[in-house]
Amino acid sequence: MKINNLNVGFNKKEVLKKINLDITAKKVTAFIGPSGCGKTTLIRCLNRMHEMTQGAYVKGDIFLDNTNIYDQKVNPITVKRRIGMVFQKPNPFPTMSIFDNVASGLKLNGVKDKALIQRIVKESLEGAALWEEVKNELNQPGISLSGGQQQRLCIARSLAMHPEVLLMDEPTSALDPIASAKIEDLIHELKKYLTIVIVTHNMQQAARVSDYTAFMYLGELIEFGKTKEIFENPKKELTERYLSGKFG
Amino acid sequence: MRKDKGNQDRKQDKGNQIPNYVNTQKTILTMMEKTYKKRDYINKSVTIISIVCVIFAIIPLASILFEVVKNGISAISLEFLTERPGAIGSGKGGIGPAIQGTLIVVGLGSLMAIPVGVLTGVYLSEYASGNNKFAFGVRFFNDVLTGLPSIIVGIVGYIAIVLVIGSFSVIAGAFSLSLIMIPLVTRITEETLKVVPNSIREAAHALGIPKWRISLFIVLKTALSGVLTGIVLSIARIAGETAPLIMTILGTSLFFTSFTGPVDALPLRIWRLASQPYESAHAQGWGAALILILIVLGLNIGLRLLSRKNIASKH
Repeated sequence: MKINNLNVGFNKKEVLKKINLDITAKKVTAFIGPSGCGKTTLIRCLNRMHEMTQGAYVKGDIFLDNTNIYDQKVNPITVKRRIGMVFQKPNPFPTMSIFDNVASGLKLNGVKDKALIQRIVKESLEGAALWEEVKNELNQPGISLSGGQQQRLCIARSLAMHPEVLLMDEPTSALDPIASAKIEDLIHELKKYLTIVIVTHNMQQAARVSDYTAFMYLGELIEFGKTKEIFENPKKELTERYLSGKFG
Repeated sequence: MRKDKGNQDRKQDKGNQIPNYVNTQKTILTMMEKTYKKRDYINKSVTIISIVCVIFAIIPLASILFEVVKNGISAISLEFLTERPGAIGSGKGGIGPAIQGTLIVVGLGSLMAIPVGVLTGVYLSEYASGNNKFAFGVRFFNDVLTGLPSIIVGIVGYIAIVLVIGSFSVIAGAFSLSLIMIPLVTRITEETLKVVPNSIREAAHALGIPKWRISLFIVLKTALSGVLTGIVLSIARIAGETAPLIMTILGTSLFFTSFTGPVDALPLRIWRLASQPYESAHAQGWGAALILILIVLGLNIGLRLLSRKNIASKH
């Protein structure tokens, strides 16, 4: 994905200023920075979720395989189908069973082949490392699971759509360390299949899971590069100070 | 370091792998693309159907408003708003007592109904747990009361108050109107409070705040705009009631004298003017209808602004 001159805001307040960024396919890119720096806003722009907020505006282009997803002709629904998203808080559909939660994206998008849905649900739950824990209770409601399981259920739900890009907005901030570690392992596994963008407050997490890191501050992209270089040898003083915990 | 450990773990654990990711991706993409055209078509049809429904809902409303304004506006003057009705058929005088009476009866009725209704709603939502039989009964009879024909409410007011104190009176009217209003306010309060997320209650409990304060100052306050909307709607409903008033306040062409004496009210006055055989009376009837609508509209807008200001001042 390629982000070109992106300016974003709410009403008259500018939240993101002139963001230019290349996200490499089948790698993990992490957005880090102090609270309020615009990382969540940026990730929500990548699947056109931001513009659904009242008063929000987006200027600039974002390309996915040479298609500008902000092109007038592009249907925002198609964009969201190709770019999945996992949110900060686990949000399974409360009235649906575990199976239906995972199948919902397919079913509600007109996939009727039951055998195919069954297979994809199983594979997605396996992909999200949840299958072993829930295979005997697929008919239980999704909200009966624990927080960490719910989050993996949400990841499985996104995976079922087989997206090309998966956006994760602080996916482990509501989870305990063990559940977080499971999700981090999952990210390593999933990048075989798709591009992952993750927003995180946790710098160690960014260092562990990502290949590339973007450091943002006050709506601007301060530094972007290979995670190793950013963490071991930051070029900007601001980045170095943030990473060493001097502010933020 | 952790990264390396993670790598080892993953080598042992072949659980989370998705075979044929790209193939499946293609399969479902083609399946979905087949439906895109149809979806687009359905999407547009549903939008059009919704718009048509909106128009159907607005037409009667707009035409009523238009008709009332067209016929009523010419009757309105300072005299019309403040004077007592003139001799029948003269076309003179106004609806002063009716405006005054409506404000008094509806105001008093609301004062009686709002605390009872809101607190009953709070009880049902906050204090009555799941399968409380008493709450079930209250809820059931409340719903029955909502559907009670208003003439029967009028008869209740007549028997309970008019016969007891021996006179048609403001109090009897307010009592009857409050009987209509209480079930509406109760139901709306309960439903609105139920929507307040439990996490807010828990946050307040964790601060050691007593339950009654949580219910009134946190839960009810959170739901305030919904409750206010319910109250405004039910005030609008009772402001237009006619049947119970015939049985309780009777109607008169005099101004308010005492709470135990009869008064006039706009719906009664409209009904009376409309049943007279004179053109001039009909014109006054339209005028009175317009005033009633304006009072309800003003109340609606006023309370809305008030609640918005309340919420805004909190931030």
